[in-house]
Amino acid sequence: MLKSRWTKAVVFLLCLAPFAHLAAVLFACLEQPDMSSPVWRILVPALPPNPLDFFTHLTGDWTLRFLVITLAITPLRKLLGLPDLIRFRRPLGLFAFFYGCLHLLTYLWFDKLFDFHEIWKDVARRRFITIGFAALVLMIPLALTSTKGWIRRLGGKRWQLLHRLIYVTALAGVVHYYWLVKSDIRLPALYAALVAALLLYRLAMSILRRTRQSSAVSKPTPVES
Amino acid sequence: MSIPKPAGLGQADVTPRPVYLNRRKFLAAAPAAFAATRALLAPPALAATRLNIAAKSPFSTNEPLTAADVATHYNNFYEFGTSKNEPARNAQNFRTNPWTLSVEGEVAKPRKFSLDEILKLAPLEERIYRHRCVEGWSIVVPWIGYSLSALLNLVQPTAKAKYVAFESYWDLKQMPLARPETAGIAFPYVEGLRLDEAMHPLALLSVGMYGESLPPQDGAPVRLVVPWKYGFKGAKSLVKIRLVGSQPPTTWNLANAHEYGFYSNVNPQVDHPRWSQAKEQRLPSFFKNHATQMFNGYADQVAGLYSGMDLRKNY
Repeated sequence: MLKSRWTKAVVFLLCLAPFAHLAAVLFACLEQPDMSSPVWRILVPALPPNPLDFFTHLTGDWTLRFLVITLAITPLRKLLGLPDLIRFRRPLGLFAFFYGCLHLLTYLWFDKLFDFHEIWKDVARRRFITIGFAALVLMIPLALTSTKGWIRRLGGKRWQLLHRLIYVTALAGVVHYYWLVKSDIRLPALYAALVAALLLYRLAMSILRRTRQSSAVSKPTPVES
Repeated sequence: MSIPKPAGLGQADVTPRPVYLNRRKFLAAAPAAFAATRALLAPPALAATRLNIAAKSPFSTNEPLTAADVATHYNNFYEFGTSKNEPARNAQNFRTNPWTLSVEGEVAKPRKFSLDEILKLAPLEERIYRHRCVEGWSIVVPWIGYSLSALLNLVQPTAKAKYVAFESYWDLKQMPLARPETAGIAFPYVEGLRLDEAMHPLALLSVGMYGESLPPQDGAPVRLVVPWKYGFKGAKSLVKIRLVGSQPPTTWNLANAHEYGFYSNVNPQVDHPRWSQAKEQRLPSFFKNHATQMFNGYADQVAGLYSGMDLRKNY
């Protein structure tokens, strides 16, 4: 089932659902349609009193969620014995980048009205913005080299090394969130725990691999007589 | 064995015939009576009462009011949850009757006020104030109340009184989310003003907004509003006002002194460490494009309180 084209299409549509939600709320805010119709009551139960706050937090949340889901693919493949999950890793990573871009756009447009002088001051001076900006910028090379052609051009090993930048992005994203909350750190702590678990899994696996390799090299197989 | 005749019951104690005949009527009335009892026991916070406004205040701005729905569904009231939409949901059963506000400390006449006494202490005015949150958004609210000085004058602060501390209600039974380990701030919530700030006529003791008593999520039944300072200075659901000799420790200042100063006057020139304070978002606008004014536009009235002070240091 994981191999089916249809599964991929369904996953793609699911990944677009948050975007559809954001678009519906944006449309409702701008056009103020008749909200009493049942469709609107389900899609947008109430208009957000602070749209800037609403869009910033929702796009930021989805960026972190997609980063966590993307990082979870490799461990899940191994733990569940589902190697075909790899087909979803690239689109999921690209969706993390997509929602990250929407997050940045919300800030540039609604918060700063594209005042680049003010934006530069923020990026240079305020550490939570500096690190959030860095997290997104680090995703750009990954998004650009996500095609089969680039894997070929870079070679599998180098491509893989480059794409480990997502670890840095995920860590920076969590710190960005932690630095921005006022006092209630429960949500950033949750994301931090998830990212830490996913990265520690990789660390443990690589140590395990290395010790196995070295023991295989150093100890000659005993000859049975 | 003799059975004693029950004492004290005579002909007069027999249920009178008309009452007896009407017993079904009584039974029929019981559910209604029960419902009436329920209504008495039900949290009175649910019913907003209209307040009689004696006067419109000359301090009012003529800027367009923020829709009541927006102002009452976007609250920072950590006792009822740390998200802005939580207080409107979680505070609905908050009991505000009976209520006691104790005014004590360095005063000649310490006193406990009931809500009824607070409502009648001075004529209620409607004051339309700008309200600027430290987070960068603002609203325009028609508060109802009177100058805090009216209450303070009644208790007669002594010469030792230099500061005023305001304490909010705190009760884990009614506010199960008000735990320091999750909300990240200490409880009960305490805010403070210098005595001259507290005596300034703009400092408002508020009991209502938009023509009615305060909704629970906005600090029912009585709260402080200090329009030239960031919103968090206006402590909600007040139970204690203490006049003291030295600057009281205040909640957000204790949580993060670097970001929330004791004064916290609205000042577009002094940034919050994490964002510029030069502009604000007038809700429900999308854009942060409204210029923030010095002392939130009340500089003419209050700038004198701070003459000679370095406002960058005393942020």
